Amino acid sequence: MTAMRHITLQKKSGVATLTLNSVDASMNVVSPEWLDEMSAAVADVKDDASVSGLIIMSAKKSFMAGADLKVLVDAYRNFTPRDAFAFSQKATKMHRELETMGKPVVAALNGLALGGGYELALACHRRIVVDDPKAVVGLPEVGVGLLPGSGGTQRLPRMIGAKAALDVLLGGKSYRPADALKLGLVDEVVPADKLLDAATAWLNTNPDSVRPWDKKGFATPESRGMVNPEAAGLFSATTASVVERFGFNLPAPPAIVSCVFEGLQLPIDRALAVEGKYFARLLTDPVARNIIRTTFISKQAAVKGARRPKDLPTSTFSKIGILGAGMMGAGLALVSAQAGLDVVLLDRDVATAQKGKDYAAKALAKQVDKGALDRAAADATLARIHPTEDYIQLAGAQFCIEAVFEDAQVKADVTQKAEKALGASAIFATNTSTLPISTLANASKRPDQFIGMHFFSPVERMELVEIIVGKKTSPAALAAALDLAAKLRKTPIVVNDSRGFYTSRVFQILINEGAAMLSEGVAPARIENAAKSAGFPVGPLALLDEVTIDLPIKIVETSRAEEGGDYAPAVGLPAMYKMRELGRTSRKSGAGFYEYPADGKKRLWAGLGDAFPVKADQPEQDELKKRILFSQAIETARCLEERVLETPQDADLGAVYGWGFPAWTGGTISYIDTIGLKQFVREADRLAQDYGPRFAPSAWLRAMADKGDSIYEQLDHEGDRDRSR
Amino acid sequence: MSDVFIYDHARTPRGKGRPDGALHEIPAVQLVTQVLEALRDRSGLDTALLDDVVIGCAQPVAEQGGVLARAAVLNAGYEKTVAAQQIHRFCASGLEAINNVAGQIKAGMSSAGIGGGVESMSRVQMGYDSGAWTSDPRVAFHNYFAPQGIGADMIATIEGYTREDVDAYALESQRRAAKAWDEGRFSRSVVPVKDAMGEVILDHDEHRRPSTTMEGLGNLKAAFPALAASGYGKVARERYPEIEELVHVHTGGNSSGIVDGAAGFLVGDERFGKASGLKPRARIRAWASIGSDPTIMLTAPVDVARKALRNAGMQKEDIDIFELNEAFASVVMRFMDKLEIDHSRMNVNGGAIALGHPLGATGAMILGTALDELERSDKSTAMALLCAGNGLGTATIIERI
Repeated sequence: MTAMRHITLQKKSGVATLTLNSVDASMNVVSPEWLDEMSAAVADVKDDASVSGLIIMSAKKSFMAGADLKVLVDAYRNFTPRDAFAFSQKATKMHRELETMGKPVVAALNGLALGGGYELALACHRRIVVDDPKAVVGLPEVGVGLLPGSGGTQRLPRMIGAKAALDVLLGGKSYRPADALKLGLVDEVVPADKLLDAATAWLNTNPDSVRPWDKKGFATPESRGMVNPEAAGLFSATTASVVERFGFNLPAPPAIVSCVFEGLQLPIDRALAVEGKYFARLLTDPVARNIIRTTFISKQAAVKGARRPKDLPTSTFSKIGILGAGMMGAGLALVSAQAGLDVVLLDRDVATAQKGKDYAAKALAKQVDKGALDRAAADATLARIHPTEDYIQLAGAQFCIEAVFEDAQVKADVTQKAEKALGASAIFATNTSTLPISTLANASKRPDQFIGMHFFSPVERMELVEIIVGKKTSPAALAAALDLAAKLRKTPIVVNDSRGFYTSRVFQILINEGAAMLSEGVAPARIENAAKSAGFPVGPLALLDEVTIDLPIKIVETSRAEEGGDYAPAVGLPAMYKMRELGRTSRKSGAGFYEYPADGKKRLWAGLGDAFPVKADQPEQDELKKRILFSQAIETARCLEERVLETPQDADLGAVYGWGFPAWTGGTISYIDTIGLKQFVREADRLAQDYGPRFAPSAWLRAMADKGDSIYEQLDHEGDRDRSR
Repeated sequence: MSDVFIYDHARTPRGKGRPDGALHEIPAVQLVTQVLEALRDRSGLDTALLDDVVIGCAQPVAEQGGVLARAAVLNAGYEKTVAAQQIHRFCASGLEAINNVAGQIKAGMSSAGIGGGVESMSRVQMGYDSGAWTSDPRVAFHNYFAPQGIGADMIATIEGYTREDVDAYALESQRRAAKAWDEGRFSRSVVPVKDAMGEVILDHDEHRRPSTTMEGLGNLKAAFPALAASGYGKVARERYPEIEELVHVHTGGNSSGIVDGAAGFLVGDERFGKASGLKPRARIRAWASIGSDPTIMLTAPVDVARKALRNAGMQKEDIDIFELNEAFASVVMRFMDKLEIDHSRMNVNGGAIALGHPLGATGAMILGTALDELERSDKSTAMALLCAGNGLGTATIIERI
C-alpha cells in the first residue's frame, strides 16, 4: 500500500486497527483523499485471511467531524448536481465496502463523532463510545442547509426506527453518551481506558458481519410505504411539523423527510442513491451556501479575529467596569462574570446596582434549576459581581462599558467620572445603539481609547456585538474591544461611525417599510405574515410595538434636524405619527398596533382598519416580501458604499444575528448575491418606480452590477479594502 | 346525444361509523349488494339490460378496494355481463359515479347502468388510502397540504363566521332532519339493511340528535386547534395571508358525522325505459367537476355550481332546491353567501351534520334526497353538489319529467 496521510492500519493477533490520524489538521475530516485511503485499507483487510475483524479508532482528541465546510461552501459555485451526487456517492461507496466486506467492524469512539464522522460509525457493525460528555454523536447537517449525504438518512431509521431517526435528523443535535445509548445511536458506553478492550471483546464474540438490511426479508414498518396507514400518518405529520419548525424557505428539512420516506421503501443501495440525489440538490442550492458561509465560515472568522488589527498583542482582562445596572448593564455584568471577570457594576446608588446583580442571580438560578449549571459554579459567578455607587471601585479595571440612558449628556457625565478612576491604559466603551461615537468621544480625555460596543438585548442570549470605530479610536482600542468580545464569547462585527451605525440603521428600514405599507392600505395581517413568511421571527408592526413608536420617530426627527433634507427611512413616519396621536405607542404601554389582552395572546388592534383603511386590491405577498427584503438589502449596500461597513461578511453577520434577517438568505448582501447583482439592480429600479427612491440603486451599486453579478466576489477581490479613515 | 333519465334511487340508512354503530358488522360489499338487490327487486329489473355499475368510494382500499362494484354485482346475483368499475373523487365519488354512467349514456355507448357509492367508515377508517397528497412529504410540502378541518376553520375565519353562526346552522340541520324523518320524507329511498341472518339491523339514520340545543353545541370543544398548532396553521397563513390567527369554530357538532352507508341510482336512456317498462322520474340536465385551491380545500362548490349551471345553460334562479353536502357548516354558509341563495332553498331536509357523511356514498344520497324532495314539494329542478379532497368539487343538475 502507498503511504497514507490520514490513516494508519495495523494488524495484530487477527485484529486490524485502523487509526484516523490526519497529518493535515487537528481534527479528522472527510476528504476525497481520505476516502481513497479508507477504500484501500478496507480492501486490504478484506483480502487478508489472517484478519478476522476491524477496529476503527482515532489518534486525535475527537473521533471525526464531517466534511470541511470550506469545501462545501464552494460547491454551490463549482459543482453541478451531478458532481455533488458523485461527491456524496464516493463516501457512500466506501461505507458500503466497509459494511459488506464480510468481517465485523467496530467503531471505537474516543471523542466526538459528528456528521460524516458519525456516518462512518453508522457504517460499522457496532459503535462503542467512551463515557465522556465531550464524546458526542449526531448529525448536524440540517443546521447548515444540508442532509447527511452518505448514509445518515438511511442507516439511522433502519436502526432506530423512522420516527426517532427523523427527530435526530431534523433536530441536528449532538447527543452525549448516555442519551446516545438510550436512543440507540451507540451500542455501548465504556470508561475511556476500556475502549479498545471493549472493542476487542466484542470482536471476540464472533459477531454477525451482515447488517440487518443486507439480509433477505428485512423491512421496517415504513418499508411498505403508505400501505401502512401509520407510516403514512407519520410522514404527513412530520411534514406539518417541518413547516411549523422551519417554514417554507429552507429546502433541507423537507428533503430529509423525503429521503427517509422514499429510502425506507427501497433496497439499501437504491436508497443510498436517492439520498445522494437529494443531497446533490441541496449542496448546489444557494441556501446551503448562504447558511454555511454566514453562520459558520464568516462567523468563525469573526470570532477568531478576522477584523482585528494585526500584530497587536492580545489584551487580557481580569476586571471590568459596567456603568448602569439596567437590563443591558445587568446582562453585561452577567456575561462578564460568566467569562471569569471581576465586575464592578455601578449605578447611582447601591440599591439600584444591586437590582442588576439580582437580575444575574435570577438568570443563574434558572440555569441551576434546569440542571445546566451546578450551584457552586453559579455562586462563584455571582460573587464576582460587585454592585456599587462608588467610581473609585473602577480602579484597576482594564475595560469599562457604559450602558446608561441613551442621552449624550448623561453619557458624557459618566464617561468623565469613570475616566478619573480608571487607569491610563483602560479602554472605555459606550454601549449605544444610535448615538454617534465620535461625538460621545468628545467627553473623553482620551478619545483614542474610546470605542462603541453595541450589544443586543438580552445580552446573555444575543451573540452579536457591533463594534463602532470612532474618528479618533485607535487600532489598539479596536483590538482590545475585539479581545473582550472574544472573552465574552460574542460574535463581533466592526463598523465605522455613522448615524445608527449599521444594524440600527437598517433595522429602521424594516419597521419603516412595514409602517409605510400600512399607510398604503395593505391589510395589517398581510404585512406581518409577509415578514414572517420571508423568514423574520416577527412582523414589523409587532417590532414597532416592542421598540416603542417614540424611538423611530425620535431617530428620524433628530436626523432631520441635524442633516436636513429627505431622510430615506421616513416613509413610515405618517403611520407612526398617527399611532402616537391615537395614544397607541408600544407593547409596554399596553396598546400599539396590537392589543394585549391580559388573559390571552396579543392580536392586531381591531381599530387599525379605521385608522388605516384597507384597500380593496391587496398586493401579492411576494411583492410585500420583496419590498421588505430589498429595502434592507439596498440600505446595507449604501452602508458598504459609505464605508460604514467594510466587508460583506460584517453586513451579513450583523443582519442575521443583529435583527433576525432570515438565515436562508445568508444576510442582506448574500441576499443580493443570491438574486444576482444584475437582476437585483433591475428589480430595485422597478421597485423605485413603484414605491419611491428609497429603492433606487446608487451609481456605485450599478457600477458593481456592470462589472459582475456578486458583491462578495468583487469586494473579496478588492483585497484589503482601504482601511484608512 | 341521448337524454339521461333517472329511473330509481335507493340507499341504506346511515349507521354510526363506530364499533357500536348498527352497520359496523356489515362489510362494505354487503351494503352495496343490498342496494343493488333493492334496485333490482322492487321494480323487477332485468339486470341484463345494464351496461355498467359504477361505485364511488373515498377509501377504496382493503375490503373497499379491488373494484368493490364488480364484487357486489356478482354478489347481488346480477348478470355476469354487467361491467363494473370503482371511482374515486374523494367525497364527491358517489355523485361522480352517477355522472360517469350518465356520460356513457349521453355518448351513446351505454344504455343503462347504476351509479352510486359506499363507505363503511367504521370498517375502513378515514385516511387508510392516504396517498401522495397527504403523505408524500415532497408533494404535501409543495402543494401546501392542510387537512379539511383546517380548511373549514379557514373559511370561517376569512368570512367572519362565529361559533354561534356555525352552531346555529348545525342546529337547523338537526331540526330539518328530524322533521324530514318525522314526516317520512326519506321513506321512498331508504332500504333497511339486513344482517347475516336476514333480519333488519337498521332502518333509520342513526347519527341524528334531534334533541340538540345551542347550549349543547356550545359546550363541544373545537376540533382542530391541535392540528393547526402542529404546522397547518402556518400552512394556512402562508396561503391566506389575510388570516392573522385561525379562529377555530368547528366541532363534532357542526361538522359532518362519521357514518356507514351506501346508495345507488338507476339511470338509462329512453330505450332502456321501454325495454324495462320503467317510468323515468327525472332527467339529468348537466354535471361538472372542478378543481380549486387545495389548502382551503372546501371552496369548490361555488365554482362548480357556476360551471354546472353554464353546462346546463341555466341561471341559479332556475334551480328550485340545492343539496350541498354539509361537510362543515362553514362550507354551506359560504356557498349561500357567495351565490346569494336563501337558506329556504338549501338542504331543506337537513344534511350531513345531522345525518352523517358516508364519504363515497354521500353524493348519491344527497342527489336522492333532492329527487324525493322535488317530488314531495312538486318542484322541478335541483342541484346536488359536494366539496371534495384536495380542492375538488362536483355538481349534478336534475329536472323532473
